[in-house]
This record gives sequence, C-alpha cells and structure tokens, in this order.
Amino acid sequence: MAEEVILLDFWPSMFGMRTRIALEEKNVKFDYREQDLWNKSPILLEMNPVHKKIPVLIHNGKPVCESLIQMEYIDEVWPSKTPLLPSDPYQRAQAKFWGDFIDKKVYGSARLIWGAKGEEHEAGKKEFIEILKTLESELGDKTYFGGETFGYVDIALIGFYSWFEAYEKFGNFSIEAECPKLIAWAKRCVKRESVAKSLPGSEKITKFVPELKEKLGIE
Amino acid sequence: MASSDVKLIGAWASPFVMRPRIALNLKSVPYEFLQETFGSKSELLLKSNPVHKKIPVLLHADKPVCESNIIVEYIDDTWSSSGPSLLPSDPYDRAMARFWAAYIDEKWFVVLRSFLKAGGEEEKKSVIAQLEEGNAFLEKAFIDCSKGKPFFNGDNIGYLDIALGCFLAWLRVTELAASHKILDEAKTPSLSKWAENFCNDPAVKPVMPETAKLAEFAKKIFPRPEA
Repeated sequence: MAEEVILLDFWPSMFGMRTRIALEEKNVKFDYREQDLWNKSPILLEMNPVHKKIPVLIHNGKPVCESLIQMEYIDEVWPSKTPLLPSDPYQRAQAKFWGDFIDKKVYGSARLIWGAKGEEHEAGKKEFIEILKTLESELGDKTYFGGETFGYVDIALIGFYSWFEAYEKFGNFSIEAECPKLIAWAKRCVKRESVAKSLPGSEKITKFVPELKEKLGIE
Repeated sequence: MASSDVKLIGAWASPFVMRPRIALNLKSVPYEFLQETFGSKSELLLKSNPVHKKIPVLLHADKPVCESNIIVEYIDDTWSSSGPSLLPSDPYDRAMARFWAAYIDEKWFVVLRSFLKAGGEEEKKSVIAQLEEGNAFLEKAFIDCSKGKPFFNGDNIGYLDIALGCFLAWLRVTELAASHKILDEAKTPSLSKWAENFCNDPAVKPVMPETAKLAEFAKKIFPRPEA
C-alpha cells in the first residue's frame, strides 16, 4: 500500500519541528502543508477538532495529534531505522519523563520573555534559565540526552534552539553564558541533517516575533 | 519476587496515585504502599522526585519512575508477560489512547478540579457546561476505542480506562457539591455504562476511595468561601 503522510504545520512551531525531525530521521517522505493559524483550514479543523492545533500528522487519512505522541507513533510505525526511544523500559520512562518536563515547562516560561513586560517578564526569564539549567544538569557530559544516540528528548528540546536568539534579544541575556553545555549539545544536534532541514533560521524567528505579538494582540 | 522490590509513594485520595495502583493490581505485582501525610512531603519523596516533588512515584529496586501515565506504561512494559496488555498493539490505537489520556489531564481534569474551587453560581454553571462538552468528546472516544467492547482497551481495563476512571470518585464528589449529574446516562450512555463496569473491576475496587470519605476530605482541602 502506498504510504500517504501529510503534516499540517506552522513553520516557527518548535512542536512541529519535532515531528519534522522524527520523519526525517526515519527517511519518511511527507507532504508538508503550511497552516494559517489565524484562518484555520477545513482540514485542520476536521483532523484536530478537539484542540484545533498544529502539528497534525495524517497517515493514510488518519490523524495523530500532539507532537510527543506523533514521535512515538512514528517510532512504532517505522521501527526499522534509528529508534527514537530506548527499548529498555526504565530508560523509556526516563525519556518520556523529560519529554513531559520540556512540554510542561519550557514554552510557558519562554513565552513570558518575548510576550510579557515588567515583573512577569523578569519572572519568566528567571524561570526559563532555571529550567534550562535543570535540563543541562540532566544532560551532564553525555553527547545526547539518551547517551551516545540522538533521540526523543533531544528532538523534544532542539526546536526551541531556533528561538534562542529571539529569547536572548527580548530577554537581554546570553543563554550560552548561563548554559554552555546545553548550547554545545544544540550545536551538535543541528549538524544532523534531519535537524538542519527542520529548523528555521534564528534570524527568521527573531524577525517574526514582532509580527506574532501583533497577531496575538500583545504590545 | 519480594514485594519490597516495588514501592509506591502516594496518598489514598489522589486519583493520579490510583493509576499505578490499578496497573500493579492488573499485573498482580505486590507492592509496598508508602502513604504521604497530607500537607507535608517526606524525605524519600523529595529525593525520588526532586524535579516535581509530587506523588505518585514508583520505586522499582529503588529506581524512581515519576508521572502517573508514564508509570502505568512502565508497569505494562516491565511486567509485559503478566496479565493482559494495558495498551492496544496497533500503533494508531496506541496513539489514540495516549492522545485521550493527555486530553483528560490537560483539559478535562483541569475543568473538573476548577469546580471545587469555583466561586459563584455563574462560574459553576460555566464549569459544568465545559465538563459536559468534554464528556461528549469522551463518549465518542469511547465508542471509537472500545469497538463494542466494555472498556476503552477492549475486553480488559487498560491505560486509557485507568487514565479516566481514576477521577470517578472525585467526579461523584463534584456531582454532590453541584447537586447535578455531570456524567449523565441520558447524554453519555456508553460512558456511564463504562464507569459502572470500571468501578466494579476487582483491580479497581480496593483502591477507589468511598465517595463520602472523599467528600469529607474535599471539604478540608477546598474550604467553601463564606456565602
């Protein structure tokens, strides 16, 4: 049966980047369809009626939503190449724990850096740095979060790296000064073809932020 | 296999703690239940879950696993040869189960919990409306996932049944407080039948708190604002 893989996505989304990377890692050909989040398409609303969000992975007509869930799905459907998750149950649980941590913590605090002012902004910046330090501590001296192999946790986090320049500009701080090991890790990741293909340039993101703020009605 | 090999740090009233307890029961894994005292966190908890400092935490040969749904999958993977599988075998069905479990935690439960904190009547009405909208999604999800069988997971209780079913006692407490049926047989007949089957399952009964006891506890932790 011919495989049909469609990805409904939005180019600056660090969540969409995860799915792009996972598909690239598995050498799966997919039809990337850019979405306008301020004018949601019928296909997006039909395929993700619950959340109406991207990314949406549509495999042979059936939608899978939520980027971490999509990563696991991709890993299970195309198991023959580079596994994204470890096979050992304990290592899997650890990987999922950190994926969940990244989901719960990184976006919210980062958003306050470019999206808020005054006290909220300062609090967001402080929390963001703490969260990155926690992740850096978890990484330790390993090449990747899972050890020697690039995988799930790396993919869950790396998309945010394309936003780092924007965070630094709006937060007036240096992430490398705070978390040098994490930046070194990120630079290793972007050397991978799957990541290089999937992340937009930092400059493009930084230019996009004022436009995004305007669309969201933030001063 | 010594039961001291498996420990669970938790509390009787927590629906999240119920999840791994049900999973361990389904896999016939004996464990030591280490109850936290409400209002304080033990040294063991802080050491085992330094990132979130929350229950439940599973300790398997002293190695901690945190986050209830992740613990349930870990139990399924580790004791895979014991008892039926907690997740379907088909990758798409697995993705659906994970999707709905995430929805329940991120949206549905957040709304449920907000009722007990809600102030005025208007706020309460809005919360109930949101819950009922969520229930309609879950009714459809149940029909899609169960494919005519009694549980989301099919013939046996599984990951998604556990993810939702753990909230049934708190749902009943909320219904009492609201004097309103939130899970209504007329609106969500399949889900209502499922709830009954879930609560009667032998893996669930011993760990599901009694509604009256939970209602008393709720009054303590969610003090009602003065009318």
